[in-house]
Amino acid sequence: MTTSIHLVVILGCRKLMTMKMHFVKTLFSFLALALFSAGATAGVKIEHWTTASGARVYFVETRGVPILDVQLDFAAGNAYSVPDKAGLPSLTRSLLEAGASDLDEEKLAERLTDTGAQLSGGVDNDRASVALRTLSAKPERDAALTLMHTVLSAPTFPQAALTREKERSIAAIREADTQPGAIVAKRFAAAIYPAHPYGVSATAESVAAITRQDLIDFYQQHYAAKHATISLIGDISRSEAEAIANQLSQALPAGGASVTLPPVTLPKSQTIKVAHPAAQSHVHIGLPAVRRGDADYFALLVGNYSLGGGGFASRLMKEVREKRGYAYSVSSYFYPQLLPGPFEINLQTKRSQVNDALKVVDDVLSSFMVQGPTAKELVAAKKNLVDGLALRLDSNAKLLGYLSTIGFYGLPLTYLDDFPARVNAVTISQVRDAFARHVPRDHLVTVVVATE
Amino acid sequence: MKLPICLAILLFVAVSPAPTFANPVLNTFETTLPNGLRVIVKEDHRAPTVVHMIWYRAGSMDEKDGTSGVAHALEHLMFKGTKRLPSGEFNQRVAAAGGQDNAFTSYDYTAYFQIVPKAALPEMMQLEADRMVNLAFTPAEFASEIKVVMEERRLRTDDNPQAQVVEAARGAAFLAHPYRRPVIGWMNDLEHLTWQDAHYWYTQWYTPSNAYVVVVGDVDHAEVFRWAQKYYGVHKAHALPERKPQNEPEQKGWRRVSVKAPAKLPYLSMLWKVPRLSDVHKDRDPYALEVLAAILDGNDTSRLAKNLVRGARIAQSAGAGYDGTVRGEATFTVDGQPAEGRSVAELEAALRAEITRIQVAGITPEELSRVKIQLIAGQTYKRDSLMAQAMEIGGMEAVGLSWHDVDLLVDQLKGVTAAEVQAVAQKYFKDDALTIAVLDPQPMDAADPKPSANPAIKTLH
Repeated sequence: MTTSIHLVVILGCRKLMTMKMHFVKTLFSFLALALFSAGATAGVKIEHWTTASGARVYFVETRGVPILDVQLDFAAGNAYSVPDKAGLPSLTRSLLEAGASDLDEEKLAERLTDTGAQLSGGVDNDRASVALRTLSAKPERDAALTLMHTVLSAPTFPQAALTREKERSIAAIREADTQPGAIVAKRFAAAIYPAHPYGVSATAESVAAITRQDLIDFYQQHYAAKHATISLIGDISRSEAEAIANQLSQALPAGGASVTLPPVTLPKSQTIKVAHPAAQSHVHIGLPAVRRGDADYFALLVGNYSLGGGGFASRLMKEVREKRGYAYSVSSYFYPQLLPGPFEINLQTKRSQVNDALKVVDDVLSSFMVQGPTAKELVAAKKNLVDGLALRLDSNAKLLGYLSTIGFYGLPLTYLDDFPARVNAVTISQVRDAFARHVPRDHLVTVVVATE
Repeated sequence: MKLPICLAILLFVAVSPAPTFANPVLNTFETTLPNGLRVIVKEDHRAPTVVHMIWYRAGSMDEKDGTSGVAHALEHLMFKGTKRLPSGEFNQRVAAAGGQDNAFTSYDYTAYFQIVPKAALPEMMQLEADRMVNLAFTPAEFASEIKVVMEERRLRTDDNPQAQVVEAARGAAFLAHPYRRPVIGWMNDLEHLTWQDAHYWYTQWYTPSNAYVVVVGDVDHAEVFRWAQKYYGVHKAHALPERKPQNEPEQKGWRRVSVKAPAKLPYLSMLWKVPRLSDVHKDRDPYALEVLAAILDGNDTSRLAKNLVRGARIAQSAGAGYDGTVRGEATFTVDGQPAEGRSVAELEAALRAEITRIQVAGITPEELSRVKIQLIAGQTYKRDSLMAQAMEIGGMEAVGLSWHDVDLLVDQLKGVTAAEVQAVAQKYFKDDALTIAVLDPQPMDAADPKPSANPAIKTLH
């Protein structure tokens, strides 16, 4: 399949719902947005080197299960799109699997499936990812990696597949434009990033304008070793990891010069109301707030736990859900990116009570901005963040997420080891100051979909 | 691969020196406390963490008309206080331990879990054992929480066109069997649910003999058994209400329903009644149905995507699924959205044609082999996740099967032949057992065609 789905970040339990299961409580989704270490990071040893072709490599050896995960991240996310062709980075990524070398789409899918491997990936604002999970036994592993190599090095971007996928993208966009959850996300991004690539969403028109040559050019420009990080975790040795990283990176195109994204400017404070017949109003409140690696990040992370990141320990959940029954899901989070990523408060509530719910959110945010967390809240936040590290790093899949983020954003290799000390060093006044700097209330944007 | 059946480890590398009893291959151990509570422990020593789950064999299928949704509402209320613990304390204690917790309700069961650093396991067992018998939510807490549940229903179902179609499909497919009711409950039932309804549900079903504990992680099973006796073992079991079979009468003709909702693309769901897995040794058809679902929609080469999405381009999306591990009636679902410009009727004809092709011509050896390769690899991938392993054990036990049988299930699936797949396609996919539900997309009348910032609205922040 050529659908591109995954985000590098998992947004939490409530998204895992199937029609059969009803998760009632939001797992601490926002925590998944942070990077964590295993306190005693014993056992997580990150090895790092650069290939001759310029790809930065991050490797963790784990021998518990006979599997291997390999992920390549390119600075080829949606922010790098060509003007008026929004959707080009996503289409380029998904069409990688539509044919490569002498293999057509069906042959490629058959070969991959026959190895037992799974190819996945996705695109967010900053990066495009290609990920492979395979059994680590040599015959399966070699076969799967050879196919990954082919996909990365010799995509053919067949016109017929492109035509089809453009049609499917356009249909999906038109469908999403009828659904309140999708509308609010799109309108919010556009409002907090006016005239910036982070705020642009693909439209039927922008996708229709994309040509095969656009895909080829985008691939040649961005899918280069020098723009790539390679993350490997699993049942292989350092020398095997080096060979794999060389094999994969050598075949990539030479690439163009690095592209610098335009700076993010703060939006004007405003409230946008969008009509929709839904039973619930969907609300996003926020602004561009923090980039990866910002010195204030730990103060924001710790503070946000008490504001809206700590599930039932958070003030938003207590005031909006527990005390008043206004919402099933209400939370806040920071999502740092290459450029300042959003701070966001999200909730959905019966449309007749949305103004009451907004008032509660406003009160909670106001008092938190002035006072910061209480001493007791601060202790609770630190305890959960530090003691909970182990369980956020207890599988190869989870570790791969952190490994690729450290690599792609160039965070220090000691990031995980330093994490407990950085969290524990945060003070109440640091939280207050960091929130004042990064969440200036005179720039907050509110979007409400489905309201009178 | 959409195999709901919980499966074992085949390509095995020992994660610790194998202990000497229970099932050393699976590293899994089981005991039953004198009060009837079963405890199943799977040791996985890769990281210093543990998953602790308790499953109650009480789900929405055990509800009565008029109080639909009570199983799930009670699940919410289990996070309120107990006779010993103030309201809100449960979550605080889990959070303070660095843990995460959640719960889920299905047709067949209600389950609660905590994922914690291993040192916190005894405390989690103590907390979970406490709320098994000492729950004490107030009428005021009930009144507030039921509003949350109604918000959840609005979010999941009322404003979700495809979820409404699924709800309508099951409502039409089942006349007698309780699977006709949605797990979350009808809105009108939620509006009239009472504290007494929820409390009665709790006193009826929450008892050690109707539950089992699953622990997976960096633990010593003997120690876990001792803690289980200490915390859970002190509670006395009581008798359970009688469970009536409520079997669905034979369907004698197709059923068709439609739902109107704001959307752009139509959506079609076709649901056939098929057998569930009841005897892991003797059954054959459930395994063949499982493979059939994978042939249609189990991997990147599967037929629906290949033929209808990529090939004929009739479908925007298309899928198939079979869940044979259920307490009640099993169904086989085929669904999809027509591609833009194609009709629901064309999609339905195309989906039916895919079934017909298998009925007439069967499947190829390559297709069958691919399904099995992915199945076997998937069992190894599953071992990367403690939660997946705990869900595997819990899901088996929930429907009266045993974790002991997980490897047998894999063997049975590996043994499925092309002829068996063709035979189940011929046997069960008849219109007399079919329900079809369709989303009829409506324009967004209430929507402003050009929504814009409204200066009259004062910014709230």
